[in-house]
Order: sequence, then C-alpha cells, then structure tokens
Amino acid sequence: MKKNLPKKVLILGSGALKIGQAGEFDYSGSQAIKALKEEKIRTVLVNPNIATIQTSKGFADSVYFLPVNPEFLEKIIEKERPDGILLSFGGQTALNCGIALTKSGVLKKYRVSVLGTPIEAIEKTESRQLFAQNLKNIGLNIPKGFSARTLEETLLAGERIGYPVVCRAGFSLGGQGSSVVENKSQLKKVVKRALALAPEVLIEEYLYGWKEIEYEVVRDCRDNCLAVCNMENIDPMGVHTGESIVVSPSQTLSNQEYFNLRQISIETIRHFKIIGECNIQFALHPRTGDYRIIEVNARLSRSSALASKVTGYPLAFIAAKLSIGYSLDELKNSVTKTTSAFFEPALDYLAIKVPRWDFEKFGLPYQTISTEMQSVGEVMAIGRNFPEVLQKALRMLNQGHEGLIDGFDLPSAQLKKIIKTPNSKRIFQIASALLKGVSVKRISEITKIDSWFIAEMKKITDYYQFLTKQKKYTKESVYQAKQLGFSDNQIAGIFKTDRKKIASYRKKRLVVPVVKQIDTLAAEYPAKTNYLYLTYQGSKNDINFNQQKQVIVLASGPYCIGSSVEFDWCAVNTVLALRKNKYKTILINCNPETVSTDYDITDKLYFEELSLERVLDIYGKEKPFGIILSVGGQIPNNLALSLVQEKVKILGTSADNIDKAEDREKFSQLLEKIGVDQPVWEQLSSKKQALEFAQKIGFPVIVRPSYVLSGKSMSVVYTKKELNRYLNVLDHQKIKVVISKFIQNAKEIEADIVAKKGKIVLCAISEHIENAGVHSGDASIVFPPQKLYIETIRRIKNACRQIAENLMITGPANIQFLAKDNQIKVIECNLRASRTFPFVSKMADKNFIELATLAMLNKKLKVENQILDLDYVGVKVPQFSFSRLKDVDPVLRVEMASTGEVACLGDDVEEAYLKAVIATDQQMPQNTVLISLGGDENKIKFLDEAMVLSQMNLKIYATHHTCAFLNRNEIKAAKLYKIYEKREPNIDTFLSEKKIDLVINITDTDFVSTKLIDDDYQIRRSTVDFGIPLFTNLQSAKLFVQSLKAKNPGKLTVKSYGQYIA
Amino acid sequence: MEAKLVLEDGAVFIGKSFGAEIETAGEVVFTTAMTGYPEAFTDPSYFGQILVMTYPLIGNYGVPDKTNFQSGKMQISGLAVTVNCENPSHYQNVKTLSSWLKENKVPAIEGIDTRALTQLLRSKGTMLGKIILDKNKIDFYDPNKENLVAKVSVSKPKIFRKNGSKKTVCLLDCGYKRAILENLLKRGLTVWLTPWDFDPFGKLSFDGMVISNGPGDPKVVKKTIAIVRKAIKNKTPVLGICFGSQILSLAAGADTYKLKFGHRSLNQPVKDLNSNKCFITSQNHGFAVNPKSLPSSFKEWFINLNDGTCEGVISSDGKMMGVQFHPEGCPGPTDTGWIFDEFVDNLKINRLRP
Repeated sequence: MKKNLPKKVLILGSGALKIGQAGEFDYSGSQAIKALKEEKIRTVLVNPNIATIQTSKGFADSVYFLPVNPEFLEKIIEKERPDGILLSFGGQTALNCGIALTKSGVLKKYRVSVLGTPIEAIEKTESRQLFAQNLKNIGLNIPKGFSARTLEETLLAGERIGYPVVCRAGFSLGGQGSSVVENKSQLKKVVKRALALAPEVLIEEYLYGWKEIEYEVVRDCRDNCLAVCNMENIDPMGVHTGESIVVSPSQTLSNQEYFNLRQISIETIRHFKIIGECNIQFALHPRTGDYRIIEVNARLSRSSALASKVTGYPLAFIAAKLSIGYSLDELKNSVTKTTSAFFEPALDYLAIKVPRWDFEKFGLPYQTISTEMQSVGEVMAIGRNFPEVLQKALRMLNQGHEGLIDGFDLPSAQLKKIIKTPNSKRIFQIASALLKGVSVKRISEITKIDSWFIAEMKKITDYYQFLTKQKKYTKESVYQAKQLGFSDNQIAGIFKTDRKKIASYRKKRLVVPVVKQIDTLAAEYPAKTNYLYLTYQGSKNDINFNQQKQVIVLASGPYCIGSSVEFDWCAVNTVLALRKNKYKTILINCNPETVSTDYDITDKLYFEELSLERVLDIYGKEKPFGIILSVGGQIPNNLALSLVQEKVKILGTSADNIDKAEDREKFSQLLEKIGVDQPVWEQLSSKKQALEFAQKIGFPVIVRPSYVLSGKSMSVVYTKKELNRYLNVLDHQKIKVVISKFIQNAKEIEADIVAKKGKIVLCAISEHIENAGVHSGDASIVFPPQKLYIETIRRIKNACRQIAENLMITGPANIQFLAKDNQIKVIECNLRASRTFPFVSKMADKNFIELATLAMLNKKLKVENQILDLDYVGVKVPQFSFSRLKDVDPVLRVEMASTGEVACLGDDVEEAYLKAVIATDQQMPQNTVLISLGGDENKIKFLDEAMVLSQMNLKIYATHHTCAFLNRNEIKAAKLYKIYEKREPNIDTFLSEKKIDLVINITDTDFVSTKLIDDDYQIRRSTVDFGIPLFTNLQSAKLFVQSLKAKNPGKLTVKSYGQYIA
Repeated sequence: MEAKLVLEDGAVFIGKSFGAEIETAGEVVFTTAMTGYPEAFTDPSYFGQILVMTYPLIGNYGVPDKTNFQSGKMQISGLAVTVNCENPSHYQNVKTLSSWLKENKVPAIEGIDTRALTQLLRSKGTMLGKIILDKNKIDFYDPNKENLVAKVSVSKPKIFRKNGSKKTVCLLDCGYKRAILENLLKRGLTVWLTPWDFDPFGKLSFDGMVISNGPGDPKVVKKTIAIVRKAIKNKTPVLGICFGSQILSLAAGADTYKLKFGHRSLNQPVKDLNSNKCFITSQNHGFAVNPKSLPSSFKEWFINLNDGTCEGVISSDGKMMGVQFHPEGCPGPTDTGWIFDEFVDNLKINRLRP
C-alpha cells in the first residue's frame, strides 16, 4: 500500500549514558534510523553522545553533536525543517523534550508532526494524575495514591493511605526520587528532596510482597495489538525493575494470570491510542491474582531493549515502521524472514537479566537496593533451565563470581537477617542460607521471593554439597553439574584440581554444550537466524559449523564504570570492517543494552559469557581464522594470555607483547631500554616497605593493589597517616601494593594509536583539561590539543613510535602521558582500543577501528602519521550519575566515577566546552554562585575567574576564608556558614531552597582535616542532591568561567557534524 | 527410571520417566505454548496424542483443582518435556505434574531435547511414536484412523440452563472444552450439550448450533457432518470452532486435508479478511480446510499470516461461521472473544421449533 511518508525526520537521542538511561537507547535509535532509511526518508539525529553507533557514519544522514534540550532543538528544527519528529527512541530525555516543544508551540510553528504515539497520549501516561484517572475510567486497577505539590498535601496523603507508603517524583527516569517511607518523619525528609527534582510527588500504597510483572506491547495505527513478551521480576515489588533480577518469560504465572495481564495491557494501549511500543508494569498479588498497573512507558525503554534481545523481536525497528504508518501485518518477522511481524514470540529457552552495580568502586561492599536505580549495567544469560541461566549470568557480571555459591559464610541467623533487605549481593546470601540449611519456605517468607526461584537455586546448592562429598568426579556428575550451570573452574574448585583437567576430562567424554538458535517461534518454522546461545540442556546442535574465513570478535560485556558504549562502538566497527573485507564474523557478548547484539550486525551472534571456558567452547566448534580481543575493553583483553596458552590464534599484537605491556616490571625495562621516562614506582609487599618507599620518593604518591588495572581501588595519598589507613585495609587481605610518585600540576595527554607490525599508521594526541590526578575516564578531553607545546607533542610522538616498535604493535593501542615543562612520562599503556577511540575517530573523521582491523588482517595500509590539524575543536566531557549514588562523594579523583560522556564541536575550545557542559544537563548560572576554594594556591589561581563571575552580575556567595580573600581583592562576596557551623545564612539552607545556581568547590589536597573534608563533602553531596551544577576541579572550573565569558550560552552555533568535517 | 521416546522413522530420544510407569503409543505432536499445560492436557482435542512441549520448563505452577480443567480428565496419551518441575509454586497448586500424570495413568518422559525433537517433527511432519520403558511391548498406533470423537463425546444430551436466558443453543460435542460452554453460558444462553451423533433437529428446541473442537480427522465423523448439513439447509446460525469449523466446511461441501505438523500454539496470527484486522489466537489442530473447495455460498473469513492457511469460513449471509482457532483461549489469548458475541447476534432470528 502506498504510504504518505514523511520526507525528513528528526530523531532525538538520549545524550550521555547515565544511571537509568544507558546504552539501550543507542540500540533503539540505531534501529529507528535503519527503519527510516529503508524507506528513503532523510534522518536528522541529535545526540551529543559521541561514542554511540547511531552517530556514526552510515547511519543518520545528518548528525548534531549538541545538547538534547528544547533550546537547541528549536534551533535545529528551524534550520533543518523536518516534517516529522521521533520522540520515543531517546528515553525520558527525548520524551520530555517532545512535551516541552509541543507546549511551547515550536512543533506547530514549524509544522513538525510527532510520529508514532501522539503527544496527548504521552502526557496522559507521564502525569501520574492523568494516568490514574484514565485507567480508573476504564475500570482498571491502579495503586491507591495521591499526588501532592506541597509538604502538607504529602503528609495528608500519607495519613490517608497508611504507612508504609511509596513516595515518587512525577516525570522521573529510572525511579529517581522515589523511595519506600515507613513513617511521617521519614516522609518529610524524602519529600523535600523529591520536590527539589520534580514539581509533583506521588504518595502510593506500598505493595510489599506482590510480584512484579512487565509486558512489552505493540500497537499499530489500525489498532492491531501484540504482547511481544512478558517478564517476571524475581525481586518482588519494592525494587526498581532496573535493579531487579528478571526472567523472561514469566515462570510462576498460570495461564489465567498470564493472559489476564496481557489482556489488560492491550486494553491499556488501546485506550491511550499508543502507536508503536509500550511497556506496562504490574504488581500481581501472589495469593489472590489481584493486580495493580504500576507504570506505563509509552516509549522504547531498557525493558523493551531487553525484550528484543530475549525474544529476537526487533521492537525498536518495528516501532519506527509503525510510527510512519505501517501496520504490523504489512511487516515481516525479520528473524524467519517468511512469517509475519504480527505475532507473539514463543520461546523454547529462558533468559535472565542481572543488574551490575559498581558499589565496590566507591568502597562499599554491598548496598541496599530499592525503588531508585543505582545499577550501571546489566547482563543477560540464555539457557534451557533456571540454574543454568542464573549461574551463567552471575559469571557474566565479571565481578569475580564463578557462580551462585560465592562467599557470605555467615551464621544462618545473621543470613536470615541480611536477606530481609534487598541488596546488591542478596542472591549470594540466599545461596549461603540454603547451604546453611535454611528452608526454601523460610527464605521465601523472609524475602517474599517466590519459592519457585528459591527451590531452583536449591538445586544448585544441593548439587554443590553433593559434589563436595564425592571423592572423584565422574562423567555423570560433571554432566549434571554442567547442566546446572557450574563452570569448569567451579568444579575444579570443589575437587581441588585445575580448570584444564576438568575441561579435558569432560571433552574426552563428549560432555560439551550444544549450540541453539533463537528463532522467535520455538522451531515451529525454519529460521535463518544467526542468534545463538550454548546450553548443556540439549543434545543436538542447531547449526552446522562451516570453516570459511570466520573471525571471532569479543565485545565488551556488561557496561560498568570504566567500560561503556565506546567499546560497543569499537566492537561493532570491527565487525563492519571485517564484513567489508569479506570475512564472516562471529561476535560474542552478553550485554542486552548494546548495538553489537543487534540481529543484523554480525554474521553470527553468540549471546554468551566472555569467559575463557565459553570462548574456548565456541572457538572449538567454529574453528575460526582468528580472534580479535583488543576492541572490547578490559574483559576480552584480560583473556589474551590464557587464550594463547590454549593455542588460540589471536589477531593483532602478540600475547607476548601484550604481556610485556601489562607486566609492570617488563614494561619498565622496556621504557628504560628506549629511554622513555615514567614516574618512579615500586611493588611492595609489606607495610613497612611501603611506608619507607613513599617517604623516600616523597608524598603525594599514587597507591594501588598490584593485581588490578584501570584505576580500581587506586588512590592519591598525601600524608603518611593516609597511607597507613589505606594499607591497613589492604594488609588485612595480604595484598601487594604498587606505589608510584604522583606528579602534581602536570598535564595529562592521551595518544590513540593504530599500528601495524610496530609501525604507527595513525596517531591522535589529545589533552586533558584537568591536571593529572583525575582518572582519564573522568577527564574532559580536547582534540586536537590546544595548549600543548609543539615540543611536547614531538616527544610524545617519538615515545609512541618507539613503544610501538618495541612491542611490535599491530592493531589499536592507547598510551597515556604526563607532561610538565616538556618533560614527558608514560603512565599507562594498553594494547587495545581505548575509551577515546570513537571520539578521536569522529573528530578526525578517520575510523581508527577500521584501520586497526585492517592492520590486524595484515592488509596494506597507507601510513598517515601526521598531526591532525583541524579547523574545529572537539571537547569530550564526562557525565556523572552522583545524584543516583547515595552517600558517594561527588569529587574527581584517580578512581573513575563517571557513567558516560558527551562531546561537542565548536570553532574554539570555549564554544565546544560550553556546549558539552550544557549537554550533560548542567543549567547555566542565572543569578548566584557559591565559591569555596581550599588553600591559598586555589584561591589565587581562581581569582581572575571569580572576577569574571562578578562582572557577569552573578551574586557571589562564599565560605569564610574564600569570602574574605575575595573581598580583599575587591570582589563582592557574601559569606555563608558551613553546614557544620549550623548558623544562618547557611549553605545547606541556600542549597535546599535552590538559592544557588552553581557551586564551585575546590579542596586543598595538601591540607587535610577530617572536619573540613566532611564539610566539603556535605556541600558537594547537597549540591548534587538538589540538582545544582558542581565543579570540583580547578582547571575545568576555570575553563567553564572563561567559556561563559567568551560565549553567550544562548547563542552558541548550531552546526551539523557534516558541516564541521566538510 | 529410564524411558525412551521412539518415533516411527527410528529416531530415539532417551530420557527419564516421570509419569505413570507404563508404555504408550500415539501420534507425536508439539505445542509451543509457554503456559496453560493444565488446560492443554485436559483438552479432548489432544486425545490419542503424545504431546511434546517446546517450552523447556513444565510444571512450574503445579496443577490446580479440577475447576480449571477443560474436561473431566487428562486427555493426552503421553507427554515429553525437557525439564519437569518437582517444586511447583502457586496459590492454586494442589499437586505436582508428575503425581497428576500418575493418577491419570499417563506416561511422561523428561530430560530430552524437545527442540531437536520438534525440528524433526517440523521437517518430517507429524509422526507416530511411543514412550517405552524397558519392556518395549507396545506397537505404533495411529489414532487418526479411529473415531476418536466417539471416545470423548458425551453419551446423551444434557442441558445447562441459564436463568432468564432468552436463547438456547445446541453444543455439538466432538470433545468440547469447558471454556466454550462457559463462554456461551456467560453470554446468557441456555445450552444443550449433545452427543456427536445425536441429531437435535425435531427433538430439541434451540436457536443456534455450536460445533465444538475435537480430536482426529474430521472426515471420520460422517454422522456429525450430516447433522450440520441439516443445519445449513435450515439456515440455523452455526458457530464451528476448530474441528467444528472443519465439520462445517465439510458439511458445506468443502474438503479438508492433514497439515504437515499442524498448528499447536498460543501465538498464531490470523487476519480477518472482512475488516483487515489481525488477531493473535490460540490453536490446536492437525487438519485444515482447503479454501478453494468452498462452495460459492461460503467464503474464506480468516487466514493465517504465517503460512496463509485457512483460519475461518463464513457463509455469505454471515449466519454460519467457522473458526479454526479457539476464541475461548484456555490456554491462550482471548482477543477473538468477540466471535461469540457475533454468534449471539446471529441468534436474533426465529427459533426453530421441533
């Protein structure tokens, strides 16, 4: 049928990855672009998230690396004049912008029509009040609740419902500002914070112990409806779905319950007239079957991305087609290619999603989880029984768990107590309780987790106990263990033997997993699907293993702080480069939020563990030409040496040389040999030695445990006392430490390299805005560098050349340097693609990953090792999610804390930086600023900028000494008391009443007093809690103020990426 | 105890017995339903069949009491699953699947690769098979050669009165599911449940006729076809469901044929050719109507969006309807429940008097 298709469509991305809004939107946006391109519709994409695949060449026709906010969008609309706009592919950010642009009349003015779900429907689902009223009108059950705009209204609502109640903020993403409240005084406290983030709050009945179930439903313009998938949260109500362990399909619902909720889902989307995709969350009473509709999300979401990966149904792609007027029966099932897109997938496997939290990163062993999202990523495991998928998923988290049985060897009374509260390690605590003999029924009563799940977990713990009583393993017992999801490592641990022994024992006896396809129809129709998983619960492989030129690419695994969408970009681009060069590609990944796991990216997709055992399983079956592990970040890179020991052919730099770069001793010898400097360091195994060494080289020093890489548990230590404290924690665990000299006031510089057989093909040098001491993942990065001496650059290039030669680098590499007065020192060298690869690739308009892939394939390459001189500047800025991470100190340090990044382009660094800061959701100061500068040096260095702020007619508030200093220097400033001083005018009052627009809080690291640190911490914490922009680093604060002076934030240029690089 | 599932082509799947420890033979069919095993196992359409579940975990929510069954007892001849659940959890659960199977003397096998088995059935077509224990004393058995309907139908007419009901319908029992009866009663109808070979014309007073689902080859039940032919002649409003739709088509003069492996699932997409609207339906059938053989007084009403097969027929006056799917769900979606409403609308003509 002929469609009246739009000609040009504006697609809104979701911006930086943050907790609650992550990689899933790169996936959904990419699919939307593909769906529109097929129809020859011109696509314009706005997304400052430079590491995404959707912003890469070959996707949208035009890309804007600009903030996704109404101000910028209006300018882009004015310039591009699209006739349609897609709002449901960029998370809550895009949806909120769509509502704002409609309200302000911009869309009407420029005749842009909202495609897909109409804006009225979005508004109805987003406002808690409209939502509740609408569902009540059609006779559907919602939780009892009241919305409130003031503290008084809130307390009244609390009384009427009865405690405990749930308090949540309207229009929230990832459940921010929502919590379970036990009593009136708690409610008071919580509401203050919630009302700071949103104009209205909702007080609701607390559905403690109810099951939480989700449906993903689809509707087209002809009112055809589908429920693509349902999901059951293992954690009952009270834990955000993003924080829950989730299985799909539901496991404990009867037919009646399943189809009753499905029916209600369909009634709901019909009522709201949704066109496209919609997520509906239910609470289901475990004893009566009564239900409540909790939430309706009229857009693609984390859950919809998960549902797509669970079922193989490309929800985002289909939703995009529906939004331009297709009906479901006009579209094909893209997996079978022959059957209709109007169908509900039948699964003959089950999938489990487990969230990944990074609390350890902030020194917290485990943390309570509840209705707010705190997890930073997730994994999904597929298999054919529950114990198998659970143990697979726990390994996939890459947090050192070999399976369900892991630690928490505590008395059962204590275990019973700690499992009562949902927390990030509860699953392991439950396993431990089972081992201690606590009954399934008891655990289910305590946790409210359905006993089915606990009983399934007991299969694992029972078998574990059985094995520990056996003298020797047998074919039968190993096979049984494998079916229950035990890894070779786990089995080896039980029998005190070696992983290799177990592996060869079982392989000899043909105890190997089989490969199964995900075909959406449970084998009812033949499918050409390339979507695969491994299981021991089966006897036959679904596919034949042909031995053409195949290459395995290992992707990133779960997103976490330190490894995110940038590595998905690298993996996808590697695959694309391989395919361009006529190689068949096999990709392994276990992260459902990625584009790399999309059905049409690679020739074969194994949704599997990135563990040595599993990679060897796949390698053994597929017998590929080689394997690439330098593009997925640290997880695949860490497998290099052990894979080589297993005679796996690795493409790129040899494992020998990877070892040379990773082994500190060997790397130091190499640097010494080629005459490149590095900060003094030593590995020390006693506290005494450590203290002596630190004193010898002089404080401050960087200290870290010797076994980890990439900034984990790393710290800059300024005094002996501090070092003592650090070592006391570690000594306990008998861990060796590495101490190195921390060089202050040095610049930090990154070199991203592609080399072939030791010869550099391409090298991009970029500089950090912040001085060394801030983790490179948290630093703002400028490319091309603006403030480096030519001499420094020359020296860095020389060092890179020598390192590349000596390590015979083939493929990608990243080297980090310190520079002070033209003296350079190497601080890190990774023979793999780095976080900055997508950034420099897009800035330089040269695909570093494609070149690296060609190098690894030994293709002929032109050496382009020239300085990349550009007419524009790009600045990459980190996105933090501190407001989500309760109690964490929002300050920059050597430990990485950011969850995402954005990058913007400009004619100069000020323009690009200002755009990028705006793109991380920071509001520009209108009236007031609070300045708190620790130490004389910081005060003096910031003086000029303080003057600028004052000249911009911003009222300056300052803490005691800073205020005095500013006044002495003829800058008008008013003093605010510190929080602990408990006197008015107090900082805390000003922050909570939002009387401050910007906080600049720079601590003096040389002068350390616990009280001051605590107080500064409180200022920073409150600033973040009340959603006020915060700068804690001197260099970035200075640049920000200089940028404000140089540019008017309201008049920044709007240029597409294409215009810059043309 | 070890059990084997043996197919007529010689394929053998070795697993563990978890039902009644006896041997059985029948037609091996698969269903891709992920829920609703208590409903399915008690559906008389499965009579004579060894049912293979493609969803690997079966028995998770146990077995509810009889009120949730589709007939008085378990109807399948045998069951094959990947993992049988011995730790069910549900507030309606009264027993485990294995104990229910044992009570009903139905053998079952677990621990086999039901996906591999399904692929075999899909590519080679439905096959005969048997579940054997160590004895292997049983022969293959083709249920489709028999009149299975006679084995599952009621023996004499029975009335279900609904207070205040204005209309009465006759439910021709070829192996009816309770949910069909309930859907009729729910809409205020009084229902005469009649045996498959009982001709109600001239004996009972009723306004319309429903032909139920049922097992096996529709061509076997010549008597039922003859009764329905009378209904067509009398212009009685008719609703045929699944097997009933095939009977209606045969009575109208059309032909039916055996599908390679049938439709047994809760996710079959159909399209209403009158309205162009699409629906997800619950299905369980091994035979289908050849739409090309329909007389001019009938036309194809629904088609399957996956394979294009006929999913429903309707007379030109719209009074006689047959649907290949199950509008009553149980198990499965009830998105096509409106078909019962249309049937009730059709009853607004004069009552047929004996």
